[in-house]
Amino acid sequence: MSYFLTQVLNGLSYGLVLSLIAAGFAIVFTSTGVLNFAHGSIVLLGAYLVAVLHPTIGFWPAMLVALFGAALVGVLINALLVRNLADPTPGAAAILMLGVDIVLLTELTRRIGNQVLPVGAPWGASVVRFGEIALPTGRVVAAGVTVVAFAALWYLFSRTDLGVGMRAAAADGPTASLMGIRLSRTAATGWALAGVLAAVAGVFLTSFPSPGVAPTIALSAFAAIPAWVLGGFDSVPGAVVGGLLIGLTSALVTGYEGDLEHVLGAGFGEVAPYVVMIVVLLVRPSGLMGSKEAVRV
Amino acid sequence: MSDLLRRLGGLALLVVALALPLVLNDFWLQTGLFVMAAAIGAVGLTLLVGVAGQLSLGHAAFAAIGAYVYAWSTGETTTSVTGGGLPPLLGLALAALVAAGVGAAFSPVAGRLRGIYLGLATLGLVFIVRHLLLNLTDWTGGFTGRSVESFALGGFSFSNRDPDYLAVGGVEFEGLHRLWYLFLLLAVVACWLAGNLRASRTGRAWANVRDSETAAAAMGIGVARAKAAAFVVSSAYAGTAGAMLALAYGRVAPDVFSLTASVDFLVMIVLGGLGSVAGAVVGALFVTALPLVLAEYSSALPFLAAPGSGGLDPSTASRIVYGVAIIAVLVFLRGGLAGAGRRLRHRLGGGGPSGDAGTTDPDTPGPGPAGRTAPASGTTDPSTPDGSHPAAVTHPRSKETTR
Repeated sequence: MSYFLTQVLNGLSYGLVLSLIAAGFAIVFTSTGVLNFAHGSIVLLGAYLVAVLHPTIGFWPAMLVALFGAALVGVLINALLVRNLADPTPGAAAILMLGVDIVLLTELTRRIGNQVLPVGAPWGASVVRFGEIALPTGRVVAAGVTVVAFAALWYLFSRTDLGVGMRAAAADGPTASLMGIRLSRTAATGWALAGVLAAVAGVFLTSFPSPGVAPTIALSAFAAIPAWVLGGFDSVPGAVVGGLLIGLTSALVTGYEGDLEHVLGAGFGEVAPYVVMIVVLLVRPSGLMGSKEAVRV
Repeated sequence: MSDLLRRLGGLALLVVALALPLVLNDFWLQTGLFVMAAAIGAVGLTLLVGVAGQLSLGHAAFAAIGAYVYAWSTGETTTSVTGGGLPPLLGLALAALVAAGVGAAFSPVAGRLRGIYLGLATLGLVFIVRHLLLNLTDWTGGFTGRSVESFALGGFSFSNRDPDYLAVGGVEFEGLHRLWYLFLLLAVVACWLAGNLRASRTGRAWANVRDSETAAAAMGIGVARAKAAAFVVSSAYAGTAGAMLALAYGRVAPDVFSLTASVDFLVMIVLGGLGSVAGAVVGALFVTALPLVLAEYSSALPFLAAPGSGGLDPSTASRIVYGVAIIAVLVFLRGGLAGAGRRLRHRLGGGGPSGDAGTTDPDTPGPGPAGRTAPASGTTDPSTPDGSHPAAVTHPRSKETTR
C-alpha cells in the first residue's frame, strides 16, 4: 500500500512540474497562437544557466538570471522571428519553432557535451518522510512552488488589467486591439511568462532524483505536450489537470512495470502519455477543459 | 519559361542522373541513395502538409513501418529474428501497402483533427512505433535492429554478387550503382505520380480542404474522406521511402526513425517550399547530403573539429546550418526555394498579366521531371510558345487557393 502511495505522490509531484511546462505551452498558444516546439529547449536553457552560474554567484542569483534569461529568449523569439513570419499561419509558426528548437538544442547540447551538470539546488539529495512514504525534498519544494506559481497566474489572469487584457487578446485579437489593448505587449508578456515557468520547471526536472542537466531534459519536456493537449489547448487550469494525469499515469506505469511488462513491453512509461493523448484527442478533440471550436456557416 | 523548356530541363536532369554512377565514387553514390530515399518521403509529406494542409510529425513512424515490413517480409528466419522469406519486389510493395494501411487506421484521428492538433497527435505515433520496434524483438531485432536482404529481381541482385561482375562503359557496376538505378526509377515514378495527383481532381480537393474545410464541404467535398486519403497516400510514400532507406543502409534500427527524422522530413519540405514536388526533392538533397558531406570533408574544412573534441563537429555544424536555414526561409523567403524560383522565373520572363499571383499559388508546378502543367486547366497546348507564365493559366483557381 505504501508503495502505491509513494508512486501516486511521486506521480502527482512530477505531474505538477509537467503542468508548469504545459501551462507555458498553453500561455504561448493563447497569447500568440504559436505551437512552441522550442519550449523544451527553453526548459533546458533555464536549467543550463543555473548549472553554469551557480558555482560562481550562488544558486538563488543564478536562478534569477535563468528566469530572466529564459523569459528574454522567449520575448526575442516572438519579437524577431514569429512576428516577422513571411506567411503567418499556425503551421508555419510551428515549423519555425522546430527550426528554433534545432538551433537552441544543438548549441546547448554542444556546450553540455557528455557531462551531466549538477544544478546545485540547496535542498540537495535529501528526502522528506511522511510515515512510511519517502519523497525527495526537491519534489516537495516543486509542488509548493508550483501551487504558488499557479495561484499567481490565477491572480494575474483574473485580477490585473494586464492579465484580463491577455485574455481579451486571446479571445478576439482585433477587437481587443480596438479596445486599446496593445497586442504586442500581451504577446510579449505571454512569452516571458512561459519562459519563467520553463526555467522553474527546468531546475526541478534536473535536481534530485534526476542526476543533473543533460540534453535529454529537452525531450522529457516533450512529455508535457500530452499534458497540455489533454487539458485543452487554451486552458491553464487544464494544463494543471493534464499535468497531474500524465504524471500519475507515467509514475504508475513505470512503478508497476514489472507486472505490466508482459502485456505492454518494457519502457511503456515513456509512451503511456502519448497513448493517453491520442485516445483523448479521439474522444474530445479540444481536450478536457479547452474551449470547443465552433464553425458557423 | 514555356512548358517545353521545362520538360527539356527535366529531361536533361534525368540524363545527368542516369550518367552520374559512371563518375561518382562510393561515398557520393551512397549519399545519392539516401537523398533519393529521403526525396520520396519528402514528396509524400509535401502532398500531406503542403497540398492537403495536414501537419504531420509522424512521417518517420510510417517510414519505420515500411522499413521493418520490408526487412521482415524479405528476411530469413534466424536464431534471433523471424522473417517471411518473400521475394523483394513483393516486400517493397508490402512496405508501401502496410504503411498505407496503418495510415488508414490512423485516419479516424486524422479526420477529426486539424492543423497543429493533428501534428500533435502524429507526434504520439513516433513514440508508439518506436516503443513497438524496441519491444517486438522477434520481428524487429529490438534496439540493435536487424539486417536487410538486398533487393533482387528475377535472379539479378542489386548487391555486389549475382552477377559478380557487371561493367558499363568500363566502370564496374556494384551494388551501389545498381541500387542507384532502382532508386532513380522509384523516385521519378513517385514524383511523376505526385505531380499528377496534385493537379488532379483529388489534389485540388485536398488544396480546397487546406484552404477552408467549410468551403470545401459546401462544394461537395467529403472533408474527412479527403483528409484520410491524403494520409493514406503520404503514408504509402513514407513506407516506400523507409524500405529504400533500409536497402541503402543494409540494416534497420529504431534510432534511424526517431522524432528527429520526422522533423527532418518537415525541414525538407519547408525549405523546398510547401506543396512543391521539385522543392521537396531539393530540400531532401540539402538536408540529407549536408551532414554527410560535411562529415566526409571535415578534415578539409578549417572551421570544423573532429567529433568529440569539443569543437564544432560536422553533425553539429550541419544541424545548426539547417536550423538557421529553416528560420531564414520562413522569415524571408515566402514559399521556400520553389517560391523563390517561381518569382525569379517570373522576373526573367518579363512578368505576365498574372502579376504576383504565382507567389502563393502552390498549384503552380515546379520544375523537374514531375512539373507538368495542370492538365485539368486544358486551355493551352503545352507546346504553344506563348511565353506566358503557367500561373496565368491557373489564375482563376489561384483566387481560391490564396489565403
